[in-house]
Amino acid sequence: MEYLQQALFVLMAISAIYLFAKKVGEIRRNIFLGKALDLSDNAAIRWKNLLLLAMGQKKMFKNIPVALMHFIIYAGFIIINIEVLEIVLDGILGTHRLFLPLLGGIYNWLINIFEVLALGVLVVCVLFLARRNWLKLKRFVSKDLNGWPKTDANFILITEIILMSLFLIMNAADQLLQQNGAEHYAVTGSFSISSFLMPLFEGFSNSTLIGIERTAWWIHIAGIFAFLNYLPYSKHLHIALAFPNAYYAKLDSPGKINNMPEVQNEVLYAMQPELAPANAAPPASFGAKDVFDLSWKNLLDAYSCTECGRCTAECPANITGKLLSPRKIMMATRDRLEEVGKNINQNKSFIQDGKSLLHDYISVEELRACTTCNACVEACPVSISPLDIIVELRRSLIMEESNAPQEWNSTFSNIENNFAPWKFSPDDRDKWASEMAS
Amino acid sequence: MKINTMAEMMANGETPEILFWVGCAGSFDQRAQKITKAFATILTKVGLKFAILGKEEACTGDPARRAGNEFLFQMMAYQNIQVLNGYNIKKIVTTCPHCFNTLKNEYPELGGRYEVIHHTTLLQELINEGKIVMKEGGSFKGKKISYHDSCYLGRANDIYEAPRKVLEALDAELVEMKRCRTNGLCCGAGGAQMFKEDEPGTSRINMDRADEALETGAKFIAAACPFCNTMMSDGVKNREKESEVAVLDIAEMIAESMV
Repeated sequence: MEYLQQALFVLMAISAIYLFAKKVGEIRRNIFLGKALDLSDNAAIRWKNLLLLAMGQKKMFKNIPVALMHFIIYAGFIIINIEVLEIVLDGILGTHRLFLPLLGGIYNWLINIFEVLALGVLVVCVLFLARRNWLKLKRFVSKDLNGWPKTDANFILITEIILMSLFLIMNAADQLLQQNGAEHYAVTGSFSISSFLMPLFEGFSNSTLIGIERTAWWIHIAGIFAFLNYLPYSKHLHIALAFPNAYYAKLDSPGKINNMPEVQNEVLYAMQPELAPANAAPPASFGAKDVFDLSWKNLLDAYSCTECGRCTAECPANITGKLLSPRKIMMATRDRLEEVGKNINQNKSFIQDGKSLLHDYISVEELRACTTCNACVEACPVSISPLDIIVELRRSLIMEESNAPQEWNSTFSNIENNFAPWKFSPDDRDKWASEMAS
Repeated sequence: MKINTMAEMMANGETPEILFWVGCAGSFDQRAQKITKAFATILTKVGLKFAILGKEEACTGDPARRAGNEFLFQMMAYQNIQVLNGYNIKKIVTTCPHCFNTLKNEYPELGGRYEVIHHTTLLQELINEGKIVMKEGGSFKGKKISYHDSCYLGRANDIYEAPRKVLEALDAELVEMKRCRTNGLCCGAGGAQMFKEDEPGTSRINMDRADEALETGAKFIAAACPFCNTMMSDGVKNREKESEVAVLDIAEMIAESMV
């Protein structure tokens, strides 16, 4: 019987990890559908960004109470994983509290820390759930989140509440079994949080308690494995991708728009034909129409987005009721990329589906509303740039489709012919100076 | 007051300390011309030897690039860099944060490498060096001023202090808007929005921002960008407050207050 449980556990663990690894492989493949971009420079600055922005969650601290609550979940998640290690080893080896004899007195102290953190995580998740569903914060009631994204967010919080509760229930039953001197339940000393739950199970027989303890143990670890496999389909993936995304964050001034060397060269060859190589092929396309035309960092951005909506809450266009929502830009990019990924899974390579990120997922009206003010970039706690994607899509609109509002076409022709966006004579450019002279 | 062009200076065998990049708004827009004149007056008063490109200056390409017209941007950049490199320009000051950002951040990889500073930074330096001295009891003394952060100065280039330091020299009372510095709200002009109608929405960005500025009770809204200036002025006018609240560029305030 014991061996059966161990075998079952190993089977569960292996399948969970296998499925997770497979999906991670797909996500990696999808990200690298994006265009090449060399971000291997400035390792020291990048590590610093990773430490400050991802580990230290620097940007979250613009709102200190929320940042602290978020930090509790984050720290709890990481530290409680040490306990998960013991649970996994116990599951494989058929032991119970494997680390107890190894750690002696420290063990009780450690479990106490885990329990305090578990309670912290539980309380914060309840508060976040309340905030998300009842406080009607603008960024949480936004239509961006209608349907699945809203369910996803609640599901994550509820799962964490259940997992933490199971951990505490398991420990409470364990302590009662220890008191009763049940076989296999070594004495650990009292646990600070779960001991408050013990009265709930007072007077239960040892076999009932073992049933409770084992059931909680199994659902807890099975829940963790299930949650692991839920991650890649969820906005919660940010817990992993925030780190590489901070590392690969843009280091240039935020005001700098990425250069297009292919256009730079086209202009150079037009101006100085002697520099043009004999068989220079013109670039295939300009800007981004679909996810393939974005850089892999843009696509990593899309998978890193946890849909918090801080970008949209700061976006001047969105604040004034325009259709543009930077969060939706990121969600649309991920949705399209996932669709392309599924297409590749089914057909081995991408088969044209007559759709594209531009138009089918992101409309012209949204793109036209952006003021390139960088508020969304500044607001993002995980170093995402919706602006980068917006500019790339605008480039495709203008340079591939010649799709510009009439006023912009006039602006362009004024710049080209009069060297200013307005229709003034270039000869009057220094008229103000002659006025000063007189 | 004689404003020299680079061509004139070259002809006289002279080299300016700094090139004043006026920008399209500063050159053609009637309101922004006042900012240009105020800044040129300051430079002349402090005796800084400067020149303009005059008719040889052209749009940096900022709005074209942001609208998505990279070809036009690259054409303008090529042309401007040819002119600037031709004159062997080393240092540029500009009163427009958009020109500032493009010249400083986007031209270098296209072959245009210059030391570029925004006029608020230069004004701060001149005040620190004692070259700009304020009049006793200037017209802004004790008055409430609210500074509107330009996106291309602030978030894009991390310049938040210089404009405020300059305003402090006016001995005025600086009041911040609800959203300021890194959280500052855009005036609505960037990304080539200046040159087209707003997309459909519930309000205009410049109206929202003007309301925020008016809420501070400030008598003066200080701007450091000709486009912000237009947007904020329009917002104030729309709320019929233009007789009580003035939108001024920092250079205009200094020009009015310096000895």
